[in-house]
Amino acid sequence: MSALHIKKGSTRHSAYNLRPTFSDVQERHTIAVLVENEPGVLARVIGLFSGRGYNIESLTVAEVDHTGHLSRITIVTNGTPQVIEQIKAQLGRIVPVHEVHDLTVEGPSVERELAIIKVVGEGEKRVEALRLADIFRANVVDSTLNSFVFEITGAPDKIDAFADLMRPLGLSELARTGVAALLRGD
Amino acid sequence: MTTEMTGAKMVIQALKDQGVDTVFGYPGGAVLPIYDEIFQQNEIRHILVRHEQGAVHAAEGYARSTGKPGVALVTSGPGATNAVTGLTDALLDSIPIVVLTGQVPTFMIGSDAFQEADTVGITRPCTKHNWLVKETDALAQTLHEAFHVATAGRPGPVLIDIPKDVQFATGTYQAPKPAASHYQPEVKGDLEEITELVAAIEKAERPVFYTGGGVINSGPAASQLLRELVDATGIPITSTLMGLGAYPASGENWLGMLGMHGLYEANLAMHGCDLMINIGARFDDRITGRLDAFSPNSTKAHIDIDPSSINKVIRVDIPIVGDVGHVLEDMLKVWKARGRKTNAPALAKWHEEIATWRKVNCLAYTTSEETIKPQYALQRLEALTKDRDRYITTEVGQHQMWAAQYLGFEDPNRWMTSGGLGTMGYGFPASIGAQIAHPDSLVINVAGEASWLMNMQEMGTAAQYRLPVKQFILNNERLGMVRQWQELLHGERYSHSWSESLPDFVKLAEAFGAKGILVSDPKDLDDAIMEMLNYEGPVLFDCLVEKHENCFPMIPSGKAHNEMLLGEADTQGVIQAGGAVLV
Repeated sequence: MSALHIKKGSTRHSAYNLRPTFSDVQERHTIAVLVENEPGVLARVIGLFSGRGYNIESLTVAEVDHTGHLSRITIVTNGTPQVIEQIKAQLGRIVPVHEVHDLTVEGPSVERELAIIKVVGEGEKRVEALRLADIFRANVVDSTLNSFVFEITGAPDKIDAFADLMRPLGLSELARTGVAALLRGD
Repeated sequence: MTTEMTGAKMVIQALKDQGVDTVFGYPGGAVLPIYDEIFQQNEIRHILVRHEQGAVHAAEGYARSTGKPGVALVTSGPGATNAVTGLTDALLDSIPIVVLTGQVPTFMIGSDAFQEADTVGITRPCTKHNWLVKETDALAQTLHEAFHVATAGRPGPVLIDIPKDVQFATGTYQAPKPAASHYQPEVKGDLEEITELVAAIEKAERPVFYTGGGVINSGPAASQLLRELVDATGIPITSTLMGLGAYPASGENWLGMLGMHGLYEANLAMHGCDLMINIGARFDDRITGRLDAFSPNSTKAHIDIDPSSINKVIRVDIPIVGDVGHVLEDMLKVWKARGRKTNAPALAKWHEEIATWRKVNCLAYTTSEETIKPQYALQRLEALTKDRDRYITTEVGQHQMWAAQYLGFEDPNRWMTSGGLGTMGYGFPASIGAQIAHPDSLVINVAGEASWLMNMQEMGTAAQYRLPVKQFILNNERLGMVRQWQELLHGERYSHSWSESLPDFVKLAEAFGAKGILVSDPKDLDDAIMEMLNYEGPVLFDCLVEKHENCFPMIPSGKAHNEMLLGEADTQGVIQAGGAVLV
């Protein structure tokens, strides 16, 4: 974790005061949570979101510090500014949570997602799929005479755009990892 | 100190090292090794309850009356699920308790074994934190961590699930280590914000302190500092249900409780203030009423140890994250250093305005010579017990609100009631916990007959341990608060809100070897109360009261503080559709 350090659950350093309070505007935020990798910790985070009626657009989790047993959970969520602040404060209360970072506020940040897309088709459609994959810098990771599996990495909207293009060309299956994100700079 | 011992022995050792003297529990298959260790020692007293819910509420009563964490021990499966209500109650009221549950052996977890339940899964949302301990070597540290988490920061319930094979196996015991946990909530408030608040206090024309359970939870020193600050500044103070006793009811700046059934002067002071200083309260919906009309013209400061409480429902101008005691200490220092200033002329005017509201005498009620009014019963109880070393618990409903209105609390930790969860059945076991902690004090549970019946099995516990708990039942043969709402909101259709086939409470008491007293004539009330107080043992006091009395003042759902109902005459058609959907 680098860059601006927001004290766990702090409201003082919050950008909350800079925005209209209790506004109805829905904001999309990417939140990074550093947690102790103990059993049930993901259930605590997910349970918090479902129990308090918050939204999860995507969620990724993996251990990032094997010696310290720390996992990083990246959550993309949306809500009013007040709800976003509550989400961060509520995350901060969970005992095994070490740090909560709102990358959208602390940003700018780099957001990346990986998707694997299977496209089934023949003839012109197959050629077109391959041509578009090239434009999007998607890699072919599997191929048969009538199908491709592409691997594509990028911001979520790039993946959306690619998937939309593949749909008329025979998209049959799509798997996405959800967003991983880091702050830019040091 | 590190020594080899079984997991079961570790549990006892860790409890001793944490200063625990009492455990409330109920045995079962999955905790037998721990019970075997309890049998072989004398330092920790085990109180056998009659239902696991009773064990947890008793632990809460113990915790709230002592300031120390309460401990409960129950078995797996149904033992654990029966503890869920108590855990949730403690979570909502921020009460530090440690619940130990047995679990089926690790190698059987997930096999739907006999009395198996996913206890950590079930209790995850109703504990501050919980653990399933899978190795005996990790048990001691987990137990110590559990006590730390339960008491540090905003207190709350924790649960440790211990499989039976972990209890039998031998491992290395480790003594508690200070600061071993990464969980260290900040207790000091930001000095800049504290100074900002002090500056606001100096200028304020109509300030009010709005205090809550956080003051009690912070410890007796916090209450002392609060009294010093309130009396030095002369700022009026009101409190939530949870915070009663932090400032004495006899204090000159006391406004009484606020909220849905709070006092007229307290609610109007909240509505009309220009500076609201929330200390350890959480803008609960019983307090705020209609949010968009809540204290519309005030600057709001909020002192809370839990950052998530701040700006949760009410936008505050001066947020201070920290422990109430620490923040009050700094506030006093800063206020004194800046010359002990207040806006004295404006404050005097403010007190005059409050005095006119006080004259309304909102707790007045129609007296009766024939039937005992519940308010009268509590006034007499107050008059006959207020000078005693007294602890009060309550159940939930009208009697609870009347107790909060008519009883005066001079000290913290003397008043135990289920505020957040509103758990009927809380008061009786809580009174047992308080009595165990204070064997020589007077412990009274103010109850309604319906609430009391919900955990009446604990009569067995009271009788077994000869606990002189006084069960002061205001018996209206109704679910009084439900009945009141049905009258006001549901066209007087009293759907299932009265109890037929109530027991004869005197005979019931006698069946348990306790004393029963029945009183129905106001003229006999004082003598009956004295008989209760003079009896050295548990008493079931069946006080037959007016059946259709409503609890006032009342802020109807969906209304603001200045739209209070003061009595029956105000009630016609006041609650509209928008308010009816609220609870």
